[in-house]
Amino acid sequence: MALAVLLRTAVCVTGRFPALAGVDLAVAQGEVVVLEGPNGAGKTSVLRVCAGLLALSGGEGTVLGCDLRRDAPALRRRVGMLGHGSALYDDLTVVENVRFGARAAGADLTHLEAALDRLELGGRVRRTSVGRLSAGQRRRVALAVLLTRRPELWLLDEPHAGLDAGARTTLGEIVAEVVADGATVVLASHEPEASWPLADRVVSLAGGRVVGVRDVRRAAHNPPRHAGASDGLRAVPGGAHVA
Amino acid sequence: MHQVIPVAVLMLVLFAFALGPDRAPMAHAAPGLFWVAVLFASVLAVQRSFALEAPDGARDGLRLSGLDPGGVFLGKTAAVALQLVVLEVVLTAGVVVLYGSHVRSYGSIVVAALAGTAGLAAAGTLYGALAAGLRVRETLLPFLFLPVAAPVLLAGTRAWQAALGLGAGNVGSAGDPWVPLLLVFAAVYLSLGVVIFGPLQEAS
Repeated sequence: MALAVLLRTAVCVTGRFPALAGVDLAVAQGEVVVLEGPNGAGKTSVLRVCAGLLALSGGEGTVLGCDLRRDAPALRRRVGMLGHGSALYDDLTVVENVRFGARAAGADLTHLEAALDRLELGGRVRRTSVGRLSAGQRRRVALAVLLTRRPELWLLDEPHAGLDAGARTTLGEIVAEVVADGATVVLASHEPEASWPLADRVVSLAGGRVVGVRDVRRAAHNPPRHAGASDGLRAVPGGAHVA
Repeated sequence: MHQVIPVAVLMLVLFAFALGPDRAPMAHAAPGLFWVAVLFASVLAVQRSFALEAPDGARDGLRLSGLDPGGVFLGKTAAVALQLVVLEVVLTAGVVVLYGSHVRSYGSIVVAALAGTAGLAAAGTLYGALAAGLRVRETLLPFLFLPVAAPVLLAGTRAWQAALGLGAGNVGSAGDPWVPLLLVFAAVYLSLGVVIFGPLQEAS
């Protein structure tokens, strides 16, 4: 199967310390991979590198067939990222934000109404300034932008943060739906109970390195094993073993 | 706008207090005070333009949209310029009412104002992008931008002095270098911005 993400010994230095200290990661197209690990493990950095927002200091990477060193600007339009912030404009209404986010990325608005309804952003909420919304509602709006854009690769950083139980269920349904449509999802989470049911594999990070990997679809809800275990490690062209 | 215009109008009023009740010195100083007010207001407008994107990751959202950085630069410049044009209309009325200035050539002040505004907006947006990723952006932007914008202050003031019938300049005279200087400044920074806004965004 074709790879959506391939990182080989990816190193990324921001400030004085490396955020990534040699990450090997391969994600197949249509796969859902959860990144887990303690604070500072490098989860967000992996997502930002995959989005082309953070430049590699060493190693190499390919995302959706684009070389991260050469083609990052061309890659971005094909990637959707839900980061720690919601990337919304407070002065615009919900529907204006979704429309702007989709149009700026070159997407049509075919899925806009369905996305707003799906995330319970219809009625009066759609005409409310985003600055007046709660953190959870802002998260829903950001998801509605992605759902309208329909990117090929979804990068979700702590997507459950601030969402109520209903919205978490909707998020799970959305992930299943977009993956069924051929998209790939990489999500970082501190909440294994919320994210593992969505995942094909869980990759554990610590200190900017991959330290474990678990195929959770085959063996649900077991804690990830540590580096050195051969099951779950994947051979990639070039001979390196990557998570 | 609701933040920038009151500050600029307040500056005009305070200048009027500082210059005293006699209208003659106020009328003489009006062109310079107008451009000083526009210059400081442009710092506020540029800071606001980038502050909108800072807190919630909207800058990353813009980068992920894949929009051409040159287009983003021109869009931001146009937004800042539009705010400044509205501000200048208000300030011009303030100069006429508060300082008793008499406009001899509306065409000249409009051309000078538009050229100066384009240059200020372009240079401000460029230096705004440079400072945007830094913690000291609020203090760094004036240090970077105000010295660079000095030619606009000088040329705009001279062009307005001529248009208001002050000083030695003739209204719209062929040898007047000030409006061409403003146009060159605007052209240079618009071109520079289209080319280097993308790398600046990546670096920040």
